[in-house]
Amino acid sequence: MAKVIEINCETGETTERDQTPEEIAAQEAAAQEAADRKAAEEKAAADKLAAQEAVATKLGVTLDELKLFLANN
Amino acid sequence: MANTYQLIASHTATGTESSYTFSSIPSTYTDLLLRISSRSSDIYNEVHFRFNGVASSYSYRNLYGTGSSVVSGSDSNNELQGNAVQALSNQTANTFGSIDLYIPNYAGSNYKSTSGDATQENNGTASQAMLGAGLWSNTAAITSIQAFPSVGSFVQYSSFYLYGIKNS
Repeated sequence: MAKVIEINCETGETTERDQTPEEIAAQEAAAQEAADRKAAEEKAAADKLAAQEAVATKLGVTLDELKLFLANN
Repeated sequence: MANTYQLIASHTATGTESSYTFSSIPSTYTDLLLRISSRSSDIYNEVHFRFNGVASSYSYRNLYGTGSSVVSGSDSNNELQGNAVQALSNQTANTFGSIDLYIPNYAGSNYKSTSGDATQENNGTASQAMLGAGLWSNTAAITSIQAFPSVGSFVQYSSFYLYGIKNS
């Protein structure tokens, strides 16, 4: 089982104990939340890129050319 | 402007360790810097934080590069997320991520802001870098900081350094 470490900054003492079931459950819940959020963010970024590429294709330019045009206007 | 750094405490993982807490942090500094060199036992990348053991009122905004795209995000959570990434178990062997979590005015009575600056060290195209701005909407002085991976544990030789910073 993974260990939980506590370092007391006043005394310098380090204590070590096993992770409790409650701590394991809380960590797993946070992990799921973080994974879901990250997947949503990356999907949003991929969707945005796909939309930009679709516009560039319609205009007959590359995405880099479209970005250059937008940056200069 | 802070101009002195003093090491308050440090620790290096000797085995599989799921959480680190620096407790009884003295209030005699102006800012804190938590510097971590770490690698996860799993393939999920974030390191999360809690202050004073409190599991509420954290939020962040961040930018991170994945190696192929740049993504921005924001959220509110029961722990400080979105400020730090570390090396993963499926990345180049024996590499460790680098994390700086800076906490100004940690002993004051305002809400506590953080800035996170982190990167992985993977010998490949997929390697993440993250910049995060965090907020803990709590007026209590920070007396303890817990760091834990989003999934799994910190592997052996992951190291943790807490610095106190003064402006004189």
